[in-house]
Amino acid sequence: MSAQTSTPAPLREVRGPSALGGGSRRFFDLLWLMSVTEFKRVYFGTVLGYVWSLVRPLALFGVLLFVFTKVFKIGSETAEHYPVLLLTGIVMFTFFQESTTAGVTSVVAQEGVVRKTQFPRLVIPLATVVTGAFNFGLNLVVVLGFVLAFGVAPAWTWLLFPFVVAVLFVFTSAVSMMLSVLYVRFRDVAIIWMVFAQALFYATPVLYPVEAFENETYEHLLMINPLAVIFEQARVWVLEPNAPTAVEAAGGWLGLLPAAAIFAAVLALGALTFSRQAPRIAEDL
Amino acid sequence: MHPDPLTASPAAPVPAPAPAAGAPLAIQVEGLRKSFRIPTNRVDSLKERVVHPFSGRDFRDLRALRGVSFEIRQGEFFGIVGRNGSGKSTLLKLLASIYRADAGTIRIAGRLAPFIELGVGFNVDLTARENVVLNGVMMGLTPREMRRRQDAIIEFAELEEFADLKLKNYSSGMLVRLAFAVMMEADADVLLIDEVLAVGDAAFQQKCADAFHQMKAEGKTIVLVTHEMATVEDYCHRAMLIADGEIQHLGDPGEIGREYLRLNFEGGGEEERPSEGEEVRLVEAHLEGADGRPTANVEHGEEIRLRLELEVKRDLPGVDVGFLVANADGLGVFNFGIPVGEREEARELRAGQRVVVTAALDNRLAAGRYFVHCGINRAYEGGIALYVPNAIDFVVFGGPQTRGVVYPELKIDAAIEGGR
Repeated sequence: MSAQTSTPAPLREVRGPSALGGGSRRFFDLLWLMSVTEFKRVYFGTVLGYVWSLVRPLALFGVLLFVFTKVFKIGSETAEHYPVLLLTGIVMFTFFQESTTAGVTSVVAQEGVVRKTQFPRLVIPLATVVTGAFNFGLNLVVVLGFVLAFGVAPAWTWLLFPFVVAVLFVFTSAVSMMLSVLYVRFRDVAIIWMVFAQALFYATPVLYPVEAFENETYEHLLMINPLAVIFEQARVWVLEPNAPTAVEAAGGWLGLLPAAAIFAAVLALGALTFSRQAPRIAEDL
Repeated sequence: MHPDPLTASPAAPVPAPAPAAGAPLAIQVEGLRKSFRIPTNRVDSLKERVVHPFSGRDFRDLRALRGVSFEIRQGEFFGIVGRNGSGKSTLLKLLASIYRADAGTIRIAGRLAPFIELGVGFNVDLTARENVVLNGVMMGLTPREMRRRQDAIIEFAELEEFADLKLKNYSSGMLVRLAFAVMMEADADVLLIDEVLAVGDAAFQQKCADAFHQMKAEGKTIVLVTHEMATVEDYCHRAMLIADGEIQHLGDPGEIGREYLRLNFEGGGEEERPSEGEEVRLVEAHLEGADGRPTANVEHGEEIRLRLELEVKRDLPGVDVGFLVANADGLGVFNFGIPVGEREEARELRAGQRVVVTAALDNRLAAGRYFVHCGINRAYEGGIALYVPNAIDFVVFGGPQTRGVVYPELKIDAAIEGGR
């Protein structure tokens, strides 16, 4: 082989690092590869890896179930299937919380790679969300066992659950994207987000069903939180067809507008901040 | 006549012929500019940003590259040299798409494999195999392709036994070997290499050198950034000297090598040498020949005799006089020093007194240009009373050909035993 016999590649302009770029095939190859290796590392790297990731939400479930059925009794009296509702909520929120928390530090944690290699930067925060989603999927299998064991009747609306998951995935990704680049510049983002995510947990109907307020105004207010809308709709479609839908809890379609606006704003902000900062990540690290 | 050590070329492998002037371009750079904003008062928490919304908005612009244009042809081995902070690493990171340029264009033909800051970017929590595949995909190969090549890469790096070990358990030498192997086997059209050739043990270095020659023969385009002039002269068809973000020279490697040494040599001279401090003044510093007269050339193996004279301007409890001998690349070769007049009960050095330091040392330095930096430290109180960079410069000539900085006095034997 010599330079003379090989066909010369044409000159192409390179424009530096970006959020996407470099072809969709490489993007998805890289996203898949990073997610799978990370998943294997976290959940199969140690002997009890996956077991631990399941024990955490289950332990939380056990404690909360005891507290809210034996001590406070808010759950057991209003919701039809409170235990599975609680478990589903915990597993869904665990996905959101763990993915975003890992997302915050993701770009900085990959510093060595970012500073030395060119690749679409968006892969990094997305890979943490995909890794979280793998775990979420495994946990959902366990949830399914509980759902059937507690006598929830299968319904055709179960087919709508993937739609709920997709919306949750998109929202989680947007939040992770935004936080991951903010953290490059502002290191207190990690702490702020930890507190904020905890607050969000209480502002989402996980521990309590929406109707536990017995106050329409509070129900309407709760539905400003996009996560509350997602969780409530999952409850209606999967567990309790007779529970108030997100639309009902929000007091009509108009009541969902704030949540939709916030959802859209988070998406736009996530995409905007990330694509704006992506070319400069290596310099700011 | 002494041979001129600056033009004496080391025993170099015969370079592959440079590509013809009509060869297609591999890299084309036009009017490249890049500055970094250095915050004068860095705000790195959201809390501060909220509490003081307008502080930390002041930036100082560091202009790393000020309009750089050049072309590299396919099959060329191209060297980029420059002192620390000259902008050469920034240029490499722009070529590798790790930074984005402020202005100008970069055009590259084909796939690129970067090797920057002694690595290709590894995740230390993953095993060697996982990292190899990830890195290959980052460079634009498919996962399947990389899985096919991973054994060859690990074999090249001589890490077969450690292939499934997490990289955090690797030594730095092993990491560099793996990184180098990935870059070599990535089958890219253009390789960008930053400071690499001091990698691993002698056997691995030889392997790298062989691989370089092979790639050169295959007509790959290689861009090498280095301090090491011998490497540039050995391998490169052409080279480029960068200083203060601009191209100073572009052309023949030998010529660039001499320019680089000259730049290094003059670098200290551009600013006034601060030979006078508040407490002491450097009267003179030089090397003496065998006849006792000042000289600037010492033959390898001859004694180096150094003389330094200081004037004390203010009473002092004593000083430590230290010397650092550095080569033309700025690498410190060795240092030595001596305490002067340190005694606790009295201020030992009085204003007006003179201190003369003489030293004699074996000259085991390889041929080349050297600089002696001189520091006068205060005893007891600490701190530097006077620092004179490049107080003395001299040239060492003669001696055995060596790739190193020193050539020690050595006894070496080889015996053939057994057989007929």
